[in-house]
Amino acid sequence: MAQRIDIKDLNVYYGSFLAVEGVTMAIEPRSVTALIGPSGCGKSTFLRTLNRMHEVIPGARVEGSLTMDGVDLYGSDVDPVAVRRQVGMVFQRPNPFPTMSIAENVLAGIRLNNRRISKSDARDVVEQSLVGANLWNEVKDRLDRPGSSLSGGQQQRLCIARAIAVKPQVLLMDEPASALDPISTLAIEDLIAELKDDYTIVIVTHNMQQAARVSDRTAFFNIGGTGQPGRLIEMDDTRTMFSTPTEKSTEDYISGRFG
Amino acid sequence: MSNSPQLARPTAAETAAVAAPAPSSGAPGDGPRTPVRGHPHRDRAGRAFSTAATVAGSTILVTLAAVAVFLVLRAWPALSASPEELTEGIQWFPEGTTLLGFVGPMLFGTVLASVIALAVAVPVSTGIALFISHYAPRRMANALGYLIDLLAAIPSVVYGLWGVAWLAPRLQPAWAWLSETLGFIPLFEGPAANPPRVILTVGIVLAVMILPIITAVAREVFLQTPRLHEEAALALGATRWEMIRMAVLPFGQSGLISASMLGLGRALGETMAVLMILSPGLTYSLALLQAGQHQTIAANIANQFPEANPLGVSTLIATGLALFVITLAVNMAARWVVARRKDFSGAN
Amino acid sequence: MATLEQSAEPRSDRPTTRELLTRGDTRRKATDRVMAVVVTLAFVVALIPLLSLSWTVLSNGIGRLSPYFLSVSMRGVFGGMDAGGIYHAILGTVLVTGVAALISVPIGIMTAIYLVEYGTGPLARAVTFFVDVMTGIPSIVAGLFAYSLFSLFLGPGVRFGVVGSVALSVLMIPVVVRSCEEMLRLVPNELREAAYALGVPKWLAILKVVVRTAIAGIVTGVMLAVARVIGETAPLLVTVGVIDSINTNVFEGRMMTLPVYVFRQYAQGLVPCADGATDCIATINIDRAWAAALTLILIVMLLNLAARMISKFFAPRTGH
Repeated sequence: MAQRIDIKDLNVYYGSFLAVEGVTMAIEPRSVTALIGPSGCGKSTFLRTLNRMHEVIPGARVEGSLTMDGVDLYGSDVDPVAVRRQVGMVFQRPNPFPTMSIAENVLAGIRLNNRRISKSDARDVVEQSLVGANLWNEVKDRLDRPGSSLSGGQQQRLCIARAIAVKPQVLLMDEPASALDPISTLAIEDLIAELKDDYTIVIVTHNMQQAARVSDRTAFFNIGGTGQPGRLIEMDDTRTMFSTPTEKSTEDYISGRFG
Repeated sequence: MSNSPQLARPTAAETAAVAAPAPSSGAPGDGPRTPVRGHPHRDRAGRAFSTAATVAGSTILVTLAAVAVFLVLRAWPALSASPEELTEGIQWFPEGTTLLGFVGPMLFGTVLASVIALAVAVPVSTGIALFISHYAPRRMANALGYLIDLLAAIPSVVYGLWGVAWLAPRLQPAWAWLSETLGFIPLFEGPAANPPRVILTVGIVLAVMILPIITAVAREVFLQTPRLHEEAALALGATRWEMIRMAVLPFGQSGLISASMLGLGRALGETMAVLMILSPGLTYSLALLQAGQHQTIAANIANQFPEANPLGVSTLIATGLALFVITLAVNMAARWVVARRKDFSGAN
Repeated sequence: MATLEQSAEPRSDRPTTRELLTRGDTRRKATDRVMAVVVTLAFVVALIPLLSLSWTVLSNGIGRLSPYFLSVSMRGVFGGMDAGGIYHAILGTVLVTGVAALISVPIGIMTAIYLVEYGTGPLARAVTFFVDVMTGIPSIVAGLFAYSLFSLFLGPGVRFGVVGSVALSVLMIPVVVRSCEEMLRLVPNELREAAYALGVPKWLAILKVVVRTAIAGIVTGVMLAVARVIGETAPLLVTVGVIDSINTNVFEGRMMTLPVYVFRQYAQGLVPCADGATDCIATINIDRAWAAALTLILIVMLLNLAARMISKFFAPRTGH
């Protein structure tokens, strides 16, 4: 079920402002692709084009091609709502719905398509998803408590459970651990390693060690200067990127000389 | 406020007070409470100034208490009079009833008109607020909100004129149709009065009058929905409407409830539009389409007061006291919900 | 794929990616579209009263609105005479509202200063809460209160301008407090601190720095509060009464006010004209009511507009 995504000559605009320019890359299925780079280099913007979430901002548009399994994600017959169902997303700050219980949070996406889901099916989905997100053992006794009653790290794993409950092809993560403590971060990183067996994962991170630990391939984005568009500088196997990068700026960034 | 041509900004200001959960009442800075050094006469001036400010603040509390006290004082002759005295002393007082029996039907009429107004206004206001906050282009949101606020600027006596001259004739066919097709329901029992000086028409006009306050509060609350939650819904593959149902409405629920209660408070006390449109009667009838069945407390006061004798005035003030207590309770409940809102609205 | 979906919808082969991405749920899509239409309609529906009311008042009122109408009272006007105007009502409205503003503005501003600069503890919390509650007092109750207050000292049947002003003040004070409070809170704290650092006592800093910075906003708030109460009818009906001639003394005698005039003319209804009477207009009362309503709306809108202009052009530069 994990699918590959191919991006070719992608430009992202906000109105007339060119935010990201000329990105070409392939995102392999069943692997973790990390996007790194300094703040404002467009890596988050780029990530959000993968499930058309950037369209939430008025005036946002893209040029170039972005295909999943050969299907243009921006084709005229493609429904952005369907795209987001196939390409799930986890955000920087945990955002469980505060008025829903833990179980309802997990089921939130499923209920959109299937209102009359039977109780036993619902229980199965909740358990599968929470197990998949390494959260089951911690919350199995209090599934009807509000999602906001969990700790930050648990909330983030709840959000991951919510995202995988709808069985997407791809999972996007926008700095999923940056708001968490080190122990919760570790739990998330372990989870990512497990999830890549089933999903194509793209993760944006500011944390170089994290990228090195969790990802198979790493893409480095950079920006020419203020008001300049962000660009993909280079992309390679993570090990290569962190040991022998081709570009000088990649080496500078990875070794902590800027950013 | 009932008859008030409150304007765009005051509504907005109240709204902000409602929507932004309770501004902290403390001084905004840690500025020195008293100057470190200063001439003695300046100290005195400073103390006088702060005393004046405190007194002004207390005036609010004193005024509210005074309203209650003076109403009770003036209502006392009627409150302590026997039914016979009331019937004999007041020309329009219905025979063989107590004061409570006199207020009862009007209380019923007041609540009935307000409930109709609320039933119409809340869904429409919610729709308008959603349109402004989540459907219309962001740049237009302010201008559109201002258009709705203009409705609050119109004096209620003008609403009365408009209700009688423009709205009522246009509603008459609809009411006739309602009574013909749904007449078997007691609410719509015919024959529909013509001209439709009935409580349903009043309810519609009241609904228009409370639209702005409900819309303004709802709009503010909807706009405060955390982006995080909206994006969470969208990222799960929700359509815009599903996103609203998953994130916006649950978040705005309590704000919407308190907005409705504020609207209810206004509808309860509205006078002129009711006075000018409704053909009054003192019954507990549920027939919304029949004339001469209902009356509201406020409209009755305005109607009888100018010609009333001292005992009559006293009786009217007693009914006004009942209205005051009810609106006060509704408003305090609304504010209480608002104050609580910040406790459970918070995302994290 | 989920066991769940397979059991719900048995399928031999998996849907292709293209199917997954293009085949939206038609029911969900339809709901989304329907709700978009419903929500837009709600807005459009709300415009109907606004437009129809503006048009009705304008078209019915413009005919009689003239310099003559604005400059004469109703003294000696009776029956269907093609005469009479609203000069006395405008005068009454200006006087009654003016006195109400004289009462409300100092109290309102000082209360706002108290809440923003001094208030802490239970008293401030109570004031904040009850200012909000006070905005919900029905206007007719405010009228009854003012009447009760004065009649207790001056005997029953008191009706003069100041009684009405007190009634309007009850309605106006909370509005003034709210808007002034908002304006004072917009004044950046650095300004206060800068003044304190210069050794200026707190009360002078408030007057010369805080209030002066927020003055445009305060003036705007006051004007909007005036616009808010200027159309009040019910409280004036029970406190100031009606009269046909000019009265400029707010301490004695009934006064006519514009909103009450509208109601009064409307309530008088049609004039029974004799057949063939050339000088008798059957609808004269209603016509006057419309013209006065138009005048009232114009005054309210002008106040509104002026208030917005002031806040726009003289807004403090707070860096927003």
